[in-house]
Amino acid sequence: MPLRADTAPATADVRRFTPLQRWIHRTTAALMGICIITAACLYVPQLAELVGRRALVVTLHQWSGLALPVPVLAGLASRAFRADLGRLNRFGPHDRTWLRAALHRDKRHASRPAAKFNAGQKLYASWIAGATLVMLATGLIMWFTHLTPLLWRTSATFVHDWLALTIGIVLAGHIGMALADPESRRGMRTGRVSREWADREHPLWRQ
Amino acid sequence: MNQDVPQGVNDEHPEERGTPIGRRVFLGTLALGAAGVVAAPPLQRGLEAFLGGAADKDPTGLTGLLPNGGGFRYYSVASSVPRKNADSYRLTVDGLVDRPTTYTLDDLKALPQTRMVRDVQCVTGWRVPDTPFEGVRLSRILDAARVRPTAKAIRFTCFDGTYTESLTLAQARRADVLVALRMQDKDLGHSHGGPVRLYVAPMYFYKSAKWLSGITVTDEVRPGYWEKRGYDVDAWVGRSNGRDDAPTS
Repeated sequence: MPLRADTAPATADVRRFTPLQRWIHRTTAALMGICIITAACLYVPQLAELVGRRALVVTLHQWSGLALPVPVLAGLASRAFRADLGRLNRFGPHDRTWLRAALHRDKRHASRPAAKFNAGQKLYASWIAGATLVMLATGLIMWFTHLTPLLWRTSATFVHDWLALTIGIVLAGHIGMALADPESRRGMRTGRVSREWADREHPLWRQ
Repeated sequence: MNQDVPQGVNDEHPEERGTPIGRRVFLGTLALGAAGVVAAPPLQRGLEAFLGGAADKDPTGLTGLLPNGGGFRYYSVASSVPRKNADSYRLTVDGLVDRPTTYTLDDLKALPQTRMVRDVQCVTGWRVPDTPFEGVRLSRILDAARVRPTAKAIRFTCFDGTYTESLTLAQARRADVLVALRMQDKDLGHSHGGPVRLYVAPMYFYKSAKWLSGITVTDEVRPGYWEKRGYDVDAWVGRSNGRDDAPTS
């Protein structure tokens, strides 16, 4: 009796991320978490008062910030990771459709065509990568105070402060969307998602 | 294939990969960050003026959490700082003096008080304009202790157990250096370094040690906490730490 591929159960899994990709996400998330917690302890007066130990908190913040791009840079050695970066970079006509639907708060799956990554994920990935490097550059100017003129330093502090606030808000959205979609979380945790979820949320992915 | 879905470019196939918008967003964010650094001075002035006005009308205090919202920021280098009141507070004066002394808070209040209104300038950039400080001139306390001729400098210690500061004897004897008991016409609260802090008006605010508990006269300058971590020992506002802020005193 011939095997019939189309009778595979709807619950079958498809592979979404390699173990290395999940480790990149995990370590980046951990480093970003340390950056944010230490930033809050340096910045929010109530937390600063509670925690104190300013020299230690500053050191933690500086080194976790410096290490933040390392997992992604190391990941460039992986072909699968580079392929996903390529997917995040390239926008097709369906991404325009997706963005228009998002702007009109149209939540129907039919109006939100997406391949492996939807247009929102693509924009988020590109923006957070750029924002992280801006934070790193302005942070280094604030850290090595004798390397640059004073005006640079005050200006860098200004950008660092306001961009930190923006990143906090955008990151809260990123985490909020993950919390709202358990299957997407499972994809990042185990590397696999259900076929049904993939076809519904990312219909153009496996064509 | 799902018929509900409008046909789009499939980004799995290299020959139909579409426009590199991701790269443009990435580079655009970098460019915007660089532009932000360049445009920061006027932006910052505008925002400070706007937020300063908004903070006056904001009952929630949330504007205080925004960057550059104006006002003081709390910095402590210790893990926790004990609270001291009129009963438990003591200020000791010792070292190269003929009359080592210990003051209570009431002793300090009984001495002649000096009030000064100056800007406060932090080395990290924030500035609080026209802040009144009130207390005893440090020179009066030094004179009362009878400083010996071999003395060259002062070392300040704090009851947070960690912070230290220093001044040369000449700096310490300036008329604009106070052992401060009041700020903004209120008794100094704990988070502002109360009940007693140092106030060195012409220098960056890290010289104005909070929670002051010890004044030791020494034969040489011993660099304080932040000074061992790279800050200038002679911290004149506008003439040190590579900064050019307007002088405060």
